[in-house]
Amino acid sequence: MIHYIIRRFLYAFPLLMGVNILTFVLFFIINSPDDMARMQLGQKHVTEQAVENWKQQRGYDLPLLWNADAPQQEKITQTIFYQKSVGLFLFRFGVSDSGRNIGADIQERMWPSLAVAVPTLIVGLLVNICFALMMVLFRNSYLEHTGIVLCVILMSVSSLFYIIGGQFFIAKLLRLVPISGYDDGISAIKFLILPVLIGVFSGIGSGVRWYRTLFLEEVEKDYVRTARAKGLSETQTLFRHVLRNAMIPILTGVVVVLPLLFMGSLIMESFFSIPGLGSYTIDAINSQDFAIVRAMVFLGSVLYVIGLLLTDISYTLVDPRVRLS
Amino acid sequence: MTNPLLAVERLSVTFNHRHTVVDEVSFVIYPGETFALVGESGSGKSITALSVLRLLPNNARLSADNISLNGDNLLSRSESDLCRIRGSRIGLVFQDPMSSLNPVMTIGSQIEEVINVHFQLPKQAVKQRVLELLRQVEIPEPQLRMKDYPHQLSGGQRQRVMIAIALAGRPDLLIADEPTTSLDVTIQAQILALLKTIQQQTGMALWLISHDLALVSTMADRVAVMQQGKIVETGKTADFFSNPQHPYTRKLLQALPSMDSCLAHAVEEKPPLLCVRDFSCHYPIRKGIFKRIVGYVRAVDGVSFDIQQGKTLALVGESGCGKTTLGKSLLNLIPASGGQVKINGVDLSQLSGEPLRQQRANIQIVFQDPFSSMNPRMLVGDIIAEGLSALHPGIGLDERKARVRQLLQQVDLPEDSAQRYPHEFSGGQRQRICIARALAVEPKLIVCDEPTSALDVSVQAQIIQLLKTLQQEKGVSYLFITHDLAVVAEIADDVAVMYQGKIIEQGRVEQVLTRPEQAYTKKLLAAVPVLKSDN
Amino acid sequence: MVILWTDALIFILMAIIVGLAFYMRSQEHIKRPLKQIGRSRIGMVSLVVLVFFVLIGLLDSVHFKAGGNKTNEIVSLLDYWATPLRERGEKTYSAPFAVTLYSKEMMTLADGSTHWDYPRLEFGGSHLDDPENQRLDDILQKGLYGFAQGAGLVAFFMFLSWGMLAEQHKRLIRSPAATAVWAVAFVIVSVSYALVYLSGYYHVLGTDKVGEDVFYQAVKSIRTGLVIGTLTTLIMLPMAVVFGILAGFFRGWVDDVIQYVYTTLNSIPGVLLIAASILMVQVYMANHEENFTSVVVRADMRLLFLCLILGVTSWTGLCRLLRAETLKLREMEYVQAARALGVKQGTILLRHILPNVMHIVLISVVLDFSSLVLAEAVLSYINIGVDPTTYSWGNMINGARLEMAREPIVWWSLTAAFVFMFALVLAANLFADVVQAAFDPRRAGND
Repeated sequence: MIHYIIRRFLYAFPLLMGVNILTFVLFFIINSPDDMARMQLGQKHVTEQAVENWKQQRGYDLPLLWNADAPQQEKITQTIFYQKSVGLFLFRFGVSDSGRNIGADIQERMWPSLAVAVPTLIVGLLVNICFALMMVLFRNSYLEHTGIVLCVILMSVSSLFYIIGGQFFIAKLLRLVPISGYDDGISAIKFLILPVLIGVFSGIGSGVRWYRTLFLEEVEKDYVRTARAKGLSETQTLFRHVLRNAMIPILTGVVVVLPLLFMGSLIMESFFSIPGLGSYTIDAINSQDFAIVRAMVFLGSVLYVIGLLLTDISYTLVDPRVRLS
Repeated sequence: MTNPLLAVERLSVTFNHRHTVVDEVSFVIYPGETFALVGESGSGKSITALSVLRLLPNNARLSADNISLNGDNLLSRSESDLCRIRGSRIGLVFQDPMSSLNPVMTIGSQIEEVINVHFQLPKQAVKQRVLELLRQVEIPEPQLRMKDYPHQLSGGQRQRVMIAIALAGRPDLLIADEPTTSLDVTIQAQILALLKTIQQQTGMALWLISHDLALVSTMADRVAVMQQGKIVETGKTADFFSNPQHPYTRKLLQALPSMDSCLAHAVEEKPPLLCVRDFSCHYPIRKGIFKRIVGYVRAVDGVSFDIQQGKTLALVGESGCGKTTLGKSLLNLIPASGGQVKINGVDLSQLSGEPLRQQRANIQIVFQDPFSSMNPRMLVGDIIAEGLSALHPGIGLDERKARVRQLLQQVDLPEDSAQRYPHEFSGGQRQRICIARALAVEPKLIVCDEPTSALDVSVQAQIIQLLKTLQQEKGVSYLFITHDLAVVAEIADDVAVMYQGKIIEQGRVEQVLTRPEQAYTKKLLAAVPVLKSDN
Repeated sequence: MVILWTDALIFILMAIIVGLAFYMRSQEHIKRPLKQIGRSRIGMVSLVVLVFFVLIGLLDSVHFKAGGNKTNEIVSLLDYWATPLRERGEKTYSAPFAVTLYSKEMMTLADGSTHWDYPRLEFGGSHLDDPENQRLDDILQKGLYGFAQGAGLVAFFMFLSWGMLAEQHKRLIRSPAATAVWAVAFVIVSVSYALVYLSGYYHVLGTDKVGEDVFYQAVKSIRTGLVIGTLTTLIMLPMAVVFGILAGFFRGWVDDVIQYVYTTLNSIPGVLLIAASILMVQVYMANHEENFTSVVVRADMRLLFLCLILGVTSWTGLCRLLRAETLKLREMEYVQAARALGVKQGTILLRHILPNVMHIVLISVVLDFSSLVLAEAVLSYINIGVDPTTYSWGNMINGARLEMAREPIVWWSLTAAFVFMFALVLAANLFADVVQAAFDPRRAGND
């Protein structure tokens, strides 16, 4: 068991290496630092000198992979690849193109992201499971059919409309909560209610449908028939047997995304002006700050790989078939 | 006569308002007796049992004049009343114990659940009762086993747990729906013996549902035969088997393979076709961080045998003994790890690539499951012609079509079958198509991997007859892999008994079946249920 | 005639679909699920809606240079027909069916005095002398006229087809699915006739900030949505199918490499990968301006790149599914039988594996379509979607969102984008459900 987890852990390194190389190719080979400099400084009338200055300030003036001019070891270390990409492995994110310390920014901004993402996940999970169980309990009835149709309709609305609609009706017309903004500490709650509510609501359609298929898959299995033959009522069967078995895929599906919660939600945070990592990324994209985007790509991959690892571990914890074989 | 325990009158079950699966079935079960409901697959016998407890799927509609348990009309009872009856007055045991047990609950808690639902007992008493039940179904070390999950037990033990669950409510009637079909023959004998013992201890009635007439003849007091949703004949076991009334019953009994038929074979030596020497097939076991090979599963371990031209060698063994692996690795479908396979003097183990492909015409295979052995997207004609076009690309389209027609004729299928899809055929017909596909490349040897196990008795007899006829006409040899000793007696000239990857006994069929030397062979033979008739 | 990159791909796609349709006609195992779809009322109705959208999209995909070779303007057939809509812009916002602008302006009257009021629109309702009293009647009258035209057209075709069909096909027409199809076609055609007719006199969905007709924008956005939803799939399908099947069939190192590639790609959060790639495309385009002379060409290239990038990020899911299915299939007895018969590996792949995974491909294509259309809106909102000059629902929402704070609120752009997108995505989702029910072997056959 331990061996298995260690092996999965070791597998993470080639993965991250691959991500690293991919981003390196994307950011430095397809477009040279010169291109980036020109883009940043404005298209026309850019002097060579301005480009050079821009590159030097940000450390992009080094060769890509091999510094032939440098002494011995520095042939490798004094390159863009070593300075910009390898450092990511040690979580040295460096400075952004506008000169800010990315690592410090990330540490500061991940808390608001979590404050939105964690409640959204938990409430959403509970709501979705409840609705899905209801639909399975009343399967083949009008209640279920209406539920399915409702789910499809909810799924067909873009999440943007949920946000706009929520902001308009709840915040603007009813004035129940502020439209957007954020505050530190306990007073953040009033700013969080709406994003969490909308986050949960926009996920209901697909979530309920997905969980319903998981439950239905279990309901058709033979052990459910055994449970009924034992004399258990429909609800008892559902809660004691079906839910328990279906929780395995549900939980492991949740575990995968757990680490990614740090990254926050791009749209949600930008709509509600929450100073999290999501809006950080969007700002970077809009101001074309390549250093930040690169850092976030790497951070996202690391978190995803951690998620995969956690999934493997959680499987062995929840499923006796994996744990005891 | 005593009052019946269970009385069912004119029970009908319809699926999707269209397909009537159970058609006005009436029967009674008396207290303490063993009642057997026999029928081939799809005859509606399992649905009959489920409908008594109203456990039918949602798309089924039930109608009946009367279903009463001890005079208590179940039809008028509400769903919650039925919950009290299920598990406490009627217990159920299903066919496949692996899927019928909840995989993420310990077996102890699965048994406890029944007790908690039906009895108000203190926690300690429930534990005691679980242990008592596990002892009753003869599970060793019940204290430890009750903390196990289903996947940690063997197939037989799982079925014992299922029986314990069914017994936990102290039922008056135990319904056993094909309780031994998914088990090996030796385990089957143990489970049947256990059911008998428990019935004697508790005095409950046993409703046995089975397709196996021989098994029924050893177990039941009364028998009912079901065909296409109707009960066609009911009677006392003794009368039933000695003097069957309905033509369908007679047909079933005739189709039953008999162990005596092996005596009828002619003894005539033929030159060997296939020589297998010291053949093995090992799977590596990998462990640790870097998946080092720490050992081998010896699926087939140093096996040697010959098959003579135009003869049949039956390879017998229980599930997991390596017989299927052996069959597939002879065809190079699974890589072998050592040994020699010579067919007609050509050593297959030395070949690879194109020469091996050319040799494939010599050995062909027919699989067990007639439903997964044909590509559902291809026409039957193309399926049969597949080998022809692969191995004899020189044959023209017209000739190929003629060959397909001829092959269909040989396996007794109508000529227009070539233009149809596999799903339009029944299990037996599909098996005929598979045989035609194998015959198409004119092989010298056909590996038959349990070709009749998935079929009903009457169809099974037809397929065996077909194989025999083809052998006489074409002089083809068979390696007949099976777990069913009765079938062996019908078809084989020689027998090899396989146990844990090794052949432990081989010889002429009448010798092995009547005068076995090894203890394991004797045990196998003893476990086979034999039709018990009074004459 | 100018053929843009996406146009070419759309035509290829259409050719593939037509080819597939012909192939399917001869395949018994595909006919059965198709018949099941044909019997489903929801399935057929959503198909009609989809076809309607596709037709508009196709019209919008035939491009040519307007006004000979003098100007460099590239327009589509749809633009050509909608020239009045395209050219009759107002100054700024105006509400649907309005005759005046949305905000008051200082106007100079004929006598030289100034006056603070809502100015009349240049085109919308300009044919009315006394808008106060005439407007409602005029709208109703013109709307009914257009509706009647459309209704007449559908009715004509109904009678025509009724007369031409043999008796056995008439039974087909009387089936509930066919009735529903006719009903929906009737509503769609009549309503769009009415809208088109009205839009000759009014801005039926108002105008946006720069006075452009919102109805025109919404209709133009259809093509963008369809292109994203279909071309992305077209791009990712070959990759997913080839890699998925190879990994599952050959296992060993092939499997290891393919699994490594898709896990790596998967581990980068999709939005970020798209953002990074689009940023790079922007840089590239900025530095190679000479290659993208026309705005339309540039926007089209960016659209194509977006599809490409979306394809690269989304093939992994299908690839994984196909790999798992192929692993299962290669152990199937008919594959083993084929190997025993000496059938070559390539033939086994094409004859036994590929046809038996096609239902998964089909299901995932229809399921992906709607999520891609929705994704476009989100991506455009964060400026990593289509070019800002491309008409798309995402850009419409993005533009209108800033006016949310305005009093009174400018609601029509959002509503238009919402209605069009919702109709397309809902139809696609419903259709996907029906297709899945028909082709999924676990769910099929329960009729």
